[in-house]
This record gives sequence, structure tokens and C-alpha cells, in this order.
Amino acid sequence: MDEKRQDEGIVLTEAQKRARRSRSIAIALALGALVILFYIVTLVKGPIILVRPL
Amino acid sequence: MSLVSAGTNAVRPVPAVAASIHAEPSVAEVSDFIALMKPRVMSLVVFTALAGLAVAPAHVHPVIGFAALLCIAVGAGAAGALNMWYDADIDARMVRTARRPIPTGRVRPGEALAFGVMLAGFAVVVLGLVANVLAALLLAFTIFFYVVIYTMRLKRSTPQNIVIGGAAGAFPPMIGWAAATGSLSFEPIVLFLIIFFWTPPHFWALSLYRADDYARAGVPMLPVVAGDVETRRQILLYTLILAPLGVAPWALGYAGLVYGATAVLTGAVMLVLAWQVHAERRPADRASRHLFAFSILYLFLLFAVLLIERGWGGLIGRFAA
Repeated sequence: MDEKRQDEGIVLTEAQKRARRSRSIAIALALGALVILFYIVTLVKGPIILVRPL
Repeated sequence: MSLVSAGTNAVRPVPAVAASIHAEPSVAEVSDFIALMKPRVMSLVVFTALAGLAVAPAHVHPVIGFAALLCIAVGAGAAGALNMWYDADIDARMVRTARRPIPTGRVRPGEALAFGVMLAGFAVVVLGLVANVLAALLLAFTIFFYVVIYTMRLKRSTPQNIVIGGAAGAFPPMIGWAAATGSLSFEPIVLFLIIFFWTPPHFWALSLYRADDYARAGVPMLPVVAGDVETRRQILLYTLILAPLGVAPWALGYAGLVYGATAVLTGAVMLVLAWQVHAERRPADRASRHLFAFSILYLFLLFAVLLIERGWGGLIGRFAA
């Protein structure tokens, strides 16, 4: 039994699978939104975005 | 003072529940991570930052303004998550906060810490890239002040915790202004002072009718340490400073007559309610609840009118252009 469990690794419960799926979707949506936001900000700022005096 | 010591000794950043579920995969839902960010506090931060951004005498492209506000909101959320990570032991003992994600075991302390640090870094760096370095530095300092100075140092050690710590909640209009102009001036500092002096009467009104909760958690809030009478006196004193300060933007000439009338009227109501808290026989539950509820409306009205009067028209004009 122990060997079998070791082979299977960590087995997620249904609740854990659901939670992981919802977190994965949220991360994907957030990354997608950021790509769009950075793209638009780059267009709005234009070439000045490359000028970064500190 | 013994209560202060009790509070100081009670420091346990990691709740006991963490040990039992340490090896288990996470069951945290997206809603738990949203709760970690304290959405209601975030909404107030965004609102006051928007006022600072819109009132500033500079042209801000709506997309840049939106991105800057997003960064400020995420920064506030990061500070909220880090606060919940550190204060999990206190939260577990208070009725008001016992159902938060970490005390209930839905989110592990390590997850909250990683989430908060990641969001804070993201918000500061992106604000620096999208707006300017000054705004980013102010946001970084605000997060540091809230998490390290207020949460880790002041909250458990002094009844002046929310007086000094209130500065963290007062910075957003200055960050908004800095994001728009790249500089600071007198006007956003007055907005900072309004929120700074609003915070003590607001939180002490709450702590008057939640004193048992704070005492159980070992948090040295003013009613727990100095008593009911002294707290009521302090509420009245701070409101006496707050009411004229609320009128200052009009008196100094950078807000109009509608703002001035609103500030005078709502400031007078704040004074009446603070006086009722001062005068009502123990326990002043009813008066404290009234003051707490109205103080939220007071701050909202001041910034809403300022936004409409000074900034909103300008923002609409910028969109139209």
C-alpha cells in the first residue's frame, strides 16, 4: 500500500483539484490582461518608453 | 500597561493551524486570495488615489492613469496580504477577523507571504515604468510603512498604533498626484493630512464598541489601555482638528464652493457625533456606531465632491480630447 502511494506521488482530492484549477485560470487571465495592458501602455507612451533617466 | 505587554508577548506570526496542514496541497480558492487583499480597503485607496490623480494639474493619458491606479490598488492589496500574514494570530482571536483566510486554514501563511511579496514587487516596478520613479518610491514606502512600521512594530506595542500607522492609509492621494506630475506640492499634503486626522476618530469609534475583542487579542488599542473616557476625549480632540482641515482645500483656493459647503456641513455633523460619543453615558455604543458609520460617508463625500468639482470634468475633457 505504501509502495503504491509512493508510486502515485501526492494524490489530490477533488476539492484540491478544483481549487488548483480555479487558481490556474485566474493566473492565466491575469497574465493575459497584463500582456494587453503592457501592449497598450507601450503604444500610448511611444518611443519615450525607452528613455529611463533615474 | 499589562495589556500592552500581553499584546507584545502574544506575537506569533504563524498560526498553529499551519503546522497541521503543512504537507497538504493547497485548498485556497481565488476568492481567498482576493479576500487577502482587503478589497474594501483597496476601494478606499483607489478612490483617494484617483482624487489625487485627477486633481493634479497635469495631463495624464487615461490608459496611464488606469495603469497607475491598478498598481496602487495592487500595492494596497499586497500590504493587506502581508498584514494578514503577520497578524494571523491576532485575527484568529478576534470575532471581526476570525473568518479571514489564514485563521480558517484556507490559505497557508507561506502562501499569503509569497502572494504579498510578489504583488508588492510587481506593483512598485510597474508603477515606476508606467508613471515615474517618485510615485513608485512613494508606493514602496507606503507598503513598507503599513507592513513593517504599523503591523510589525506599532500595532502590538502602543495605543498610538493607528495614529502613526494611519499615515499609510493617507499616502494614496500623494501617490496619485506624484503619478500625474512626477513631483509633490502643498495640495496633496493637505489631502494626506485630512485622511491622517480622520483615521483616529474613525478607528477609535470602532474600537470603543469592539474593545473586548481587541483586549482578547492583546492589541493595545486606546480604549483597552487608556480606557473609555480618555478615548472619547481623544476622538473629540482629533475631530476638532479634522473638521477645519476638511475645509482647508476650499479655504486655500484649490477647491470650489460646493466642496467648501460640503466640508463645512459634513464637518459639523462629524463634530456633533464626536460630541455625542464624548457625552453619551457608558457604554456609548450607539453614538460610536453612528460616528464610525458617518466617518466613512464623510471621507467619501469630501473626496467625491473634490473629484467631481476639480478632477472629473478635467478627466472627461481629456477623454473627449
